[in-house]
Amino acid sequence: MKRRDFIQLAGMGAGAMMLPMPAFSRTVDPAEMLVPLMDVKQKKALADVALNTARSLGATYADVRIGRYLNQFVATREKKVQGITNTESFGTGVRVIVNGTWGFGASNEVTPDGIKKATERAVAIAKANSKFQKEPVKLATTPSYGEVSWKTPIQKNGFEVSIKDKVDLLLNANAKAMEKGASFVNSLLFLVNEQKYFASTEGSYIDQDIHRTWPNFSVSMVDRQSGQFKNRSAFSAPVGMGYEYLDGKAEDKIQGPGGIILYNKSYDIVEDAAMAAEQAKQMIAAKSVEPGKYDLVLEPSHMWLTIHESVGHPTELDRVLGYEANYAGTSFLTLDKWQSKNFKFGSKIVNFMADKTQVGSLGAVGFDDEGVKCKSWELIKDGVLVNYQAIRDQVNIIGQKESHGCCYSQSWSDVQFQRMANVSLQAGREQVTPEQMISGVDKGIYIVKDGSFSIDQQRYNFQFGGVLFFEIKNGKIAGMLKDVAYQANTQEFWNSCAQICDERDYRLNGAFNDGKGQPSQSNAVSHGSATTRFNGVNVINTGRTI
Amino acid sequence: MAILSKEEARKILEKVLSFSKADGCEVNLNGSDGGNIRYARNSVSTSGEDSNISLAVQSYYGKKAGSATINEFDDASLEKVVRRAEELAKLAPENPEFMEPLGPQTYGPSKTWSEATAKITPDYRAQAAANSIGPASAKDITAAGFLEDNRGFTAMMNSKGLFAYNQSTNVDFTVTMRTNDGTGSGWVTRNFNDVSKLDTAEASKVAIDKALMSRNAKAIEPGKYTVILEPAAAGDLIGLMLFGMNARQADEGRSYLSKKGGGTKLNEKIVDERVNIYTDPQHDDVPASPWMPNGLARKKMDLIRGGVVKNLIYDRYWASQKNVEAVPLPGNRIMEGGSASLEDMIKDTKKGILVTRFWYIRAVDPQTLLYTGLTRDGTFYIENGVIKHPIKNFRFNESPVIMLNNLETLGKQVRVGGGGGPGGGGSSLIPYMKIRDFTFTSLSDAV
Repeated sequence: MKRRDFIQLAGMGAGAMMLPMPAFSRTVDPAEMLVPLMDVKQKKALADVALNTARSLGATYADVRIGRYLNQFVATREKKVQGITNTESFGTGVRVIVNGTWGFGASNEVTPDGIKKATERAVAIAKANSKFQKEPVKLATTPSYGEVSWKTPIQKNGFEVSIKDKVDLLLNANAKAMEKGASFVNSLLFLVNEQKYFASTEGSYIDQDIHRTWPNFSVSMVDRQSGQFKNRSAFSAPVGMGYEYLDGKAEDKIQGPGGIILYNKSYDIVEDAAMAAEQAKQMIAAKSVEPGKYDLVLEPSHMWLTIHESVGHPTELDRVLGYEANYAGTSFLTLDKWQSKNFKFGSKIVNFMADKTQVGSLGAVGFDDEGVKCKSWELIKDGVLVNYQAIRDQVNIIGQKESHGCCYSQSWSDVQFQRMANVSLQAGREQVTPEQMISGVDKGIYIVKDGSFSIDQQRYNFQFGGVLFFEIKNGKIAGMLKDVAYQANTQEFWNSCAQICDERDYRLNGAFNDGKGQPSQSNAVSHGSATTRFNGVNVINTGRTI
Repeated sequence: MAILSKEEARKILEKVLSFSKADGCEVNLNGSDGGNIRYARNSVSTSGEDSNISLAVQSYYGKKAGSATINEFDDASLEKVVRRAEELAKLAPENPEFMEPLGPQTYGPSKTWSEATAKITPDYRAQAAANSIGPASAKDITAAGFLEDNRGFTAMMNSKGLFAYNQSTNVDFTVTMRTNDGTGSGWVTRNFNDVSKLDTAEASKVAIDKALMSRNAKAIEPGKYTVILEPAAAGDLIGLMLFGMNARQADEGRSYLSKKGGGTKLNEKIVDERVNIYTDPQHDDVPASPWMPNGLARKKMDLIRGGVVKNLIYDRYWASQKNVEAVPLPGNRIMEGGSASLEDMIKDTKKGILVTRFWYIRAVDPQTLLYTGLTRDGTFYIENGVIKHPIKNFRFNESPVIMLNNLETLGKQVRVGGGGGPGGGGSSLIPYMKIRDFTFTSLSDAV
C-alpha cells in the first residue's frame, strides 16, 4: 500500500501538477470525457496492426491493449474548493513473446504507425533480453472468446453528474462537520473510468468499460488547551460502482455497537461527516489503553486491511517465487507448505476466496488484462492453504493448467503482471450478530475502520491500528479507548480466529492504490468479511510524549 | 525531443504566453527520458525505456483558475491549450487561496546534470545487472535488483515575467541478495546524479557480504536497545520528520510542531543540540533544483540548528496570511555528521544492535510522530566492540523526535536516495548514528 500520495492530495494546495495521474495524462474538459474516442471496429483494426506486426517479426504470442483512462478529482476543505481535475490518458501497450522471452512497448500515438513502432520496440526488447533468459515463458492455454464486451453494472455514471452537484455535496458534508464542532475538514471525491480494449494472437477481442468511485474525508478535532488532535476518516469504501454509491439509502445503513452508524452498499457522506465530528471529540477524551492480551472484535471496514496485508499479499505467487524480493518482498507461504496440503494457516472456520467477479468490488472485471475470463477460487479452505493467486505464465509452476485471471496493468503504458484479486473471508455459518459476538467477550476491544498498518516483507509479523476503539467489559461496550495497536504473527492470529458473524453482516471495503512492481504500479482491490473475533491478541499502547 | 535546451524551452513558453487573453497565465514545460532494468531469480525480468514531454498551462481570471495540458507543440495546438485553460478558468469556482504567479526570481547555479548519466544505454543497464547477478550466483545467492535512470528538464514562464529552467539526471540502484538456503538476506542502495560514481559490482558485494553474515540469525528479546543506524535506516525516519515541517499544519494545531495552548515550536529546541540539518541546492554531493515547481527560489537554509527548529515550510498562501516570506519545500536534506567510521562506532559499543535498513514504516500517531516498521536485510548484535552474531528482525515503535533526543554519536555522512526525476531529486546526506533506548516491540520471523 502506498498511501502518502493520497494524503498529500487531501491536503493539497492547488493545481493539477501535484495530483497522482497516470503516465502521459492530459487535463481535459469534463464534457470531453463523455465523448467516445473510437468505436470497437476502429480499435479492432488498430489491434490487428499490432498482432500482425508481431507475428511477422517472429513473435509466438502477442497481445495489445488500447486504453483510455479517465480520472476525476474534486477536493475541498471547509468552505473552499481546492481543486477540480479531470484527466485523460489514451494509448496502446503491446506485449510479445519472442525466443521464449517477454517484450513490451507502448505509445500514446494510437495510429497504425504508432502501434507498429511500439510493437517493433517490444520485439527488440524481447530479443535483447532473451540472451539473459534462463526460464523461457510457458503460457497456460486460455479459450479464444471472439468479440465480447463487459461493463461494470453501474446505475449512474459519475462522469455525467455535474461538477456543481459534486462540489455541493462535499461542501455540505464539510458544513455539517463544522456545525458539529470540527476544527478542520478535508473532503474528496475520486472517480475512475477505464475503457480498455484487449486483443491477442489467440483470437480474443475484448472491450470493457470499468467504473470505480471513492468519496472520502478526514475530520480533524484540535484541542488547543491540551495540545491534542485526532483525525476521524470517512466510513466510506472505495467501490466498483457508479455514483449511486452516494445515494445513502436507508436500507444500507447499519446501526452498529457503541451507537455508531456503518454503511453497506451505499453511503451517506453528509450524515457520516456530522458523526465524525462528534466521534473525533470522544476520541480525544478517550481512556488510554492498558497494554496486554485482549479478545478483538474486528468490524469489516477495519478487517479488510488486515486481510489485505496478511492473506492477500502472501498468497501472491510472484512473491512466493521471489520476483518481488527487492521491493514488495517474498512470502512465508512457500511452495512446500502448499504441497503438504495440511499447512494450518488459520482455525477451522477460516475460509478465504479470491474473486474477480463480485458485484460492487474494485477488482470485478469480465476478463483480466491478458484475456482470461474472470472467476473465483479458494485460497484457504477450512483453515488450510489450498491455492495461490497466479496468471498465465505462472500456473505451470504450481502444476495447474488454467490461469486464475488476475493479471492487471494500471495503464496502457505499463506492462501487465500478477495483481491481487479481491480476497475475502467467507461469512460464518452460525447465525451471529456483532452484538451477540460482543456479549460473549469478557475483556476485549471492538475496532472500527482501518488505521495505521505495517507488516514484514514475508508477511509474518504485523501491527494494525484503527479509528474507533471501544472497550468490551463482561460482554458490554464500556466506552472509547485510544492509543491502541495490535501486533501478531499472521499464522497465530488466524489460528486464534474464534467466531465469524453471518452473511447479514458481510461487507466490502478496499483500496484504490495497492502498490507493487518496479517501476511501481497501483491496483484497486476489495476485501469482504463479516465482523470477526480473535482471542488473546497482544495490544500495545502507542501513546508517547515529545 | 524530450530534452529541450534553455533557449528551445524559452521560445515555446514565449509563444504560449503570446496567446493568453486571461488576467494572467503560467506555463510549465517538462520533459524526461528514462530507462530501467529489473532482475529477480538471477535473471533479467523486465526492462524498458520511456520518454515524455508535456506542457501545462494555468490561466486565471481573478481568483478563478483553470489548467490544461498538451504534448503537441505546433502553433495551433499551443493556442488550443491556452484557450482550453481559459475556458476551464471561467467555469471554475473561486479559490480564495489562489495566489497570482510570482514575478522574476534570482536563482543560484544548478549542479544537477551529469553528461555520463544522460548517456546511459540499454547495454549499460544490462551490464550493470550482469555485474550484480554474476557474483551472486557464484556464491549460491539469488539476486533481485532494480536500476532506474532518468534525464530531464523543467522550465516555466509566466505573465509576470518569471522564467526558470533546470536540467537534471539521476540514477538509483537497489539490490536484495538472498542466500539460497533462505536464512540470510542483504541489501544495498546507491543514488547519484552522476552515474560514473556507481559501481553495481562494488555495491552488490556489500549486499552479498551482508546476506552471508546474516545467515541463521538468533532471536533476542525485544526491548530498548542502543542501536547504530546505517544512513539508509536513519534517513527514512528523519525524512519523515522533515516532511512534517509544514507551517500551516503546525499553526492549525495538527502537527508534532504544534504547541500546547496554541502556536508552533519554531525557534524551540526539539532534539539533541548536536543535531544540525539544512538544505542547500548547490551542495556538491546532493545537488537539487534551485527552484520549486511554482518558481520560488531555493536557497541554503537551516531546518534544525543546535537542535532548534529554525524554519517551517510556508506555502505562498499561508505566508501571505501570516505576513512572512514563503519558504520553499527543500529539494535535499543535509544532516551534519562526525568523523567516526562505522568500525569506530562498533568498537565503541558495549552492547547494541547494528541496523542496515528499515521496512514498511507507517505513521502510528501524527501527534508524537510515532512510527512503526521493521528491521530488514542485515541486523546484527554488537557486544564489547565487535559484531557477535546476526539477530532476527525486530518491529520498532519509535518517533524520530525521541530518537534524535537519544543521540549518542554521529558518524560519517552518506548520500541516500529519495527518488529523482526532473525536479532535481530528493536526495539526502545522512550520517551513521548511534542512538540509545531505541524501542523494539516484537520479533519477526521474516528473513
